[in-house]
Amino acid sequence: MNFIRKKLDKIKEPFQPGEKFEKFAPAVNALDTFLFVPNHTTKKGSHVRDAVDLKRTMITVVIALIPALIFGIWNTGYQHFTQLGEEFTFMDAFLHGAIKVVPMIIVSYAVGLGIEFAFAVKRGHEVNEGYLVTGLLIPMIMPVDIPLWMVAISVAFAVLIGKEAFGGTGMNILNPALTARAFAFFAYPTYMSGDKVWVSEATEVSGISGETILGTLAAGKEVAYDSASMFSGFIPGSISETSTLFILLGALVLILTKVGSWRIILSGFIGAAVMGLIFNALGSSVFTNNSLMNFPWFNHLIVGGLAFGVVFMATDPVSAAQTMKGKWIYGFLIGFFGIMIRIFNPAYPEGIMLAILLMNVFAPTIDHYVIQGNIKRRQKRLKLQTVKTS
Amino acid sequence: MAIDIKVKRGLKLRLKGEAEKTKSPALKSKTYALIPDNFHGLVPKMLIKKEGTSVKAGEALFYSKYNEKTKVVSPVSGKLKTIERGARRRILRVIIEADKEFEYVNHDKLDPLKTDADQLKNHIFEAGCGIFFKQRPYDIPANAEDTPKAIYVSAFNTTPLGADFEYILKEKKEHFQNGINALTKLTDGKVYLGVDRNAQSFLHDTENAEIIKVSGPHPAGNVGVQIQKTNPINKGEKVWTIRPEDVAIIGELLSTGKFNAERTIAVCGSDAVDRQYFTTLIGAEINSIIEEVDTNKTRIISGDVFTGDIAQNGDHINFFANEITLIPEGNNYRMFGWLPFKDNNIPSVHNTSFAKLRSKPFEVNTSLNGEERALVVTGEMEEVMPMDILPMQLLKACMTGDIDKMENLGIYEVAPEDFATVEYVNTSKIEAQELIRQGLDLMITEVG
Repeated sequence: MNFIRKKLDKIKEPFQPGEKFEKFAPAVNALDTFLFVPNHTTKKGSHVRDAVDLKRTMITVVIALIPALIFGIWNTGYQHFTQLGEEFTFMDAFLHGAIKVVPMIIVSYAVGLGIEFAFAVKRGHEVNEGYLVTGLLIPMIMPVDIPLWMVAISVAFAVLIGKEAFGGTGMNILNPALTARAFAFFAYPTYMSGDKVWVSEATEVSGISGETILGTLAAGKEVAYDSASMFSGFIPGSISETSTLFILLGALVLILTKVGSWRIILSGFIGAAVMGLIFNALGSSVFTNNSLMNFPWFNHLIVGGLAFGVVFMATDPVSAAQTMKGKWIYGFLIGFFGIMIRIFNPAYPEGIMLAILLMNVFAPTIDHYVIQGNIKRRQKRLKLQTVKTS
Repeated sequence: MAIDIKVKRGLKLRLKGEAEKTKSPALKSKTYALIPDNFHGLVPKMLIKKEGTSVKAGEALFYSKYNEKTKVVSPVSGKLKTIERGARRRILRVIIEADKEFEYVNHDKLDPLKTDADQLKNHIFEAGCGIFFKQRPYDIPANAEDTPKAIYVSAFNTTPLGADFEYILKEKKEHFQNGINALTKLTDGKVYLGVDRNAQSFLHDTENAEIIKVSGPHPAGNVGVQIQKTNPINKGEKVWTIRPEDVAIIGELLSTGKFNAERTIAVCGSDAVDRQYFTTLIGAEINSIIEEVDTNKTRIISGDVFTGDIAQNGDHINFFANEITLIPEGNNYRMFGWLPFKDNNIPSVHNTSFAKLRSKPFEVNTSLNGEERALVVTGEMEEVMPMDILPMQLLKACMTGDIDKMENLGIYEVAPEDFATVEYVNTSKIEAQELIRQGLDLMITEVG
């Protein structure tokens, strides 16, 4: 360990202040701090600090994502082989998925971290760890057959416009991963929706019904899957959004480690259930022919991107509401609008992405009113005091 | 009727190296120093300008430029050795070489309950005890011209390894009570005394004060929390706070006529050798209490782990400090230390570590355990902030210098020390206490 440390210190010499490559110090430091927690000590104030840092927090999210990612990789192969009607083993499915998904992850990290490093060097600050999560989330919510260059452009858009334009990590209004997906969705709709994009290589074979369940419902067709497979995730969809089971496993990690807000996750599901129930009630009496509306509310919770969105996207602390009460309202409205958009938007029956982006924009407003509550209490106290003394 | 406060939110940090409850006299310090920086907000004007002048114990050395009645007196009799100055002739330290036998300034003996309020106040300030009072808002030395709406004393120490006020004051019961009697004359309202709810102590029987029985984790023992829970400060109001040892000094001054600068200092922390209480005087040399240490390996903190100042061998102890804490420096690298659930010997209140499950006290060091980052994680600060304050929002208002927002979010109610727990827990490693201090200083210049 000491040997590696010494070697690293030697490598870092030209990057020290006043040396030749001083400007590139943030880039080198970012790599160094991945090996070692730096030797920084407290200067004043609290002389002792908690063991946690942003790297640890972000890595915890990455760990929470892994179950859904691994299932997603396997499911990519599973969907491919079953739709083609071919014989396959577990490893075949997994390998097929890995060949498709791993390059997407590499492209996403390469492009995103490249931009992050460039900005860190340009602005002279350290590289923030936020992209470790974003970079993994982006491929996980894309359809498997999306060309790699589209992934690259979406990532670049998300990092540049969605994040750096606002001032970098901690300042962005929209969730960067969803910004990437929304960009891809509006820029290349043919690659992001329809009945051919959800199953790997489906475009090359005719007669495959690779539609998502929501797509099927929007088209007014019968759904061929039961609730159990919807919950476990043996259905077509974006790479990692299909398995509610594995997403909930990730949710458990987030909640137990307190890295993700359980308030947002719980209220998100409640909001979706409430909206689902309302539409179920209306559907049976008013809109009898809308099959999305008549789709049972509990099934709404386990298909599409709802679970993935609520668990991994809505809980992004930067773009979510920051106050305790605000989190309840924010989460609830994401679920509520998510189902509403899903049902009323026939062109693209996946509402959760738009619902989260919408609530990202409104999160500061929600916080504003919660903060006003605190301020009003203080002002009321002052008023009472003034009355008493006068 | 005592007031009961049960604080739920806060931080319980069990650290290794508590001071044992035995008391010994410290070695006699050769020099004593008064450090103007210990009184944030005070601009010193020297009364005795010539180095080499003899001073008595209790003789005023300097006063506040903007508050002439607030004086700082010499804790010992001796010679004014040096007035150490920094850039732009700012006074850094006033050092006195102590005599063998002390000669005291003699003041009148007064019975506080029978003395006129103005006379008593002048007497206390004239004798140099005015500097013990701090004013909220802003956490600065109190102004003798003001009459506060209440005076708060907290005799409940919740900081990790904190010195026990009950033990320190045990032998000065009468002086403490006399001091409390004096405080009642300085305010229009009440004198509040915060005590440990779960302890059997003579402090509970203190007369002429409203007893607040407090329980819960740090910062429950901070006066700021007790003020907020019992009689919060509104805009335009002033509250004074004073530490319990200093109340006893006032009491002793009134009954004996002498300014007795005695301090009981707890030596604690995992790197301390002789962990116990020492009696010495205000401003004594640190090395008269502890042996010299290698400061590359051990940090000397003049004060507690949350709010103390870094000290070096040869420095003098802070004016208000009742502790010297010695903990290891954390200037080493930790390979892959950012992995969740690794290095569980470092205390963490976050669930990304198993540290919470540990029952043994922690040997903590001064490592930042990371690097400063943008504010990302939300909700963690609220869990250690028992006051009705939105910590993150207030800190952001301080960062941007938004005066209206700071006022609205309760800047008048807080002092830097109330944000020590926030500083400890936050993932982004920001210096919360420093930010609050800057915010308060901005308020002083803009609002006054």
